[in-house]
Amino acid sequence: MVSDTPLFRSLAIQARVIGALLLREIITRYGRHNIGFFWLFLEPMIFTLGVTLLYGYLRPMHGAMSIIPFAITGYSSVLMWRNAASRCSKAIEPNLSLLYHRNVTTLDIFGARLLLEISGATISLIVLLAVFIFAGYAPMPADPLTMVGAWLLLAWFGGALGLIVGALSERSQTFERIWHTLTYLMFPLSGALFMVDWLPAKAQSLILWVPMVHGVEMLRDGYFGSAVRTHYDVGYLVLVNFIMLWVGLLLIDRGKYLVASE
Amino acid sequence: MITLRGVSKDYRTREGGRHVLRDINLQIDRGAKIGILGRNGSGKSTLIRLIGGAEHPTCGVIKREMTVSWPLAFSGGFQGSLTGLDNLRFICRVYGADIDRARPFVEDFSELGVYFREPVKTYSAGMRARLAFALSMAIEFDCYLIDEVLAVGDSRFHEKCHHELFEKRRDRALLMVSHLPQHIREYCSTIYVLSAARIQRFDDVDEAYAYFAECG
Repeated sequence: MVSDTPLFRSLAIQARVIGALLLREIITRYGRHNIGFFWLFLEPMIFTLGVTLLYGYLRPMHGAMSIIPFAITGYSSVLMWRNAASRCSKAIEPNLSLLYHRNVTTLDIFGARLLLEISGATISLIVLLAVFIFAGYAPMPADPLTMVGAWLLLAWFGGALGLIVGALSERSQTFERIWHTLTYLMFPLSGALFMVDWLPAKAQSLILWVPMVHGVEMLRDGYFGSAVRTHYDVGYLVLVNFIMLWVGLLLIDRGKYLVASE
Repeated sequence: MITLRGVSKDYRTREGGRHVLRDINLQIDRGAKIGILGRNGSGKSTLIRLIGGAEHPTCGVIKREMTVSWPLAFSGGFQGSLTGLDNLRFICRVYGADIDRARPFVEDFSELGVYFREPVKTYSAGMRARLAFALSMAIEFDCYLIDEVLAVGDSRFHEKCHHELFEKRRDRALLMVSHLPQHIREYCSTIYVLSAARIQRFDDVDEAYAYFAECG
């Protein structure tokens, strides 16, 4: 196909289409009754809150660090990549008929869902931290800018992972099933439940191969500052994100041809 | 003008690649009325999807120099929990059209009354068809794609559709696909017959039918 549409116009169309899909997705998922789209961030908030409270009772303070922001930063990070990826899994099939509108591409469908999940996780994190800080159960963040950086990197990771999972789940049912198992296995390894510094040196070098660990550590570095020792490498996470985004876009582009009629 | 040059489309099946379309050359000029005849499964709908841009050819080039509609009155994009109005908003946003300008026409044509603001899942088949057609007419295109002529609705609905499409928009190009010859005979001046993944052009309607009956 020859595309004569200039880049700027293409971007404008894409933004419009993603906006339309976003609103459609919100109404479809949350309806317009009751509190509607507030579920977007209430859902992750309730989950994080439940786990946080459970943690608060079961575990004593770990050194200078309070358990509540530890749990919030950890679980919010997990929700970010897990929800982003899970919502992309099998995202195309129910929306296949929308591809009849030429402006709507598979990338737009993933983009709208990712934007929604990322916003939900972000609002949930901000609201929860704000509430606990004002209530006096958590200290003020030491370095909010580092937290923002870490969060953006985690969002990027979640988005790239979403594209890969979305494209692969469309091609193979086996992958879709394995993916669910994988998320459960990846969860304890993702750095949500521990600080890298707590581990023995040998385990540290192994766990630092897991990209999400770097994001969570950086987020906690921003939150707790010098109160904790963190281990992370921004360059490594950026590199992994780039590679994953590239692979994801590649898989989707090829997927175009496989998306046949219903 | 829309031009297809050397367009082929393969689908993967369990027995390996299947050629659905092979080396298709076709041209749609402004205002042209083109009919495509073919048996069930001959690749008509695939051709519509390629021209409309819902799918991409395996090889070959499709050049669009005028705007092309989605398959006319196609209702597959309806989501049960969305209302008629939601669907109108979605279409307008996707195509960058003004919702307030399109709304009176769609409300009037679809005759949904209060149901315009109710979820599509509560609609009857006729109501869905009216909404789908009204939405197709809400956005103006240079070329309309018609994948089988409307089978649903009563004769009044058909009359209204006929008026909107063939009278008010008679200057637009049309590409109509059907396995029923009488529809194509009524509206089209150029006919292509699709068989064995290849396409053959006829300017004479009767010749096209003779060929269609023969290659059956």
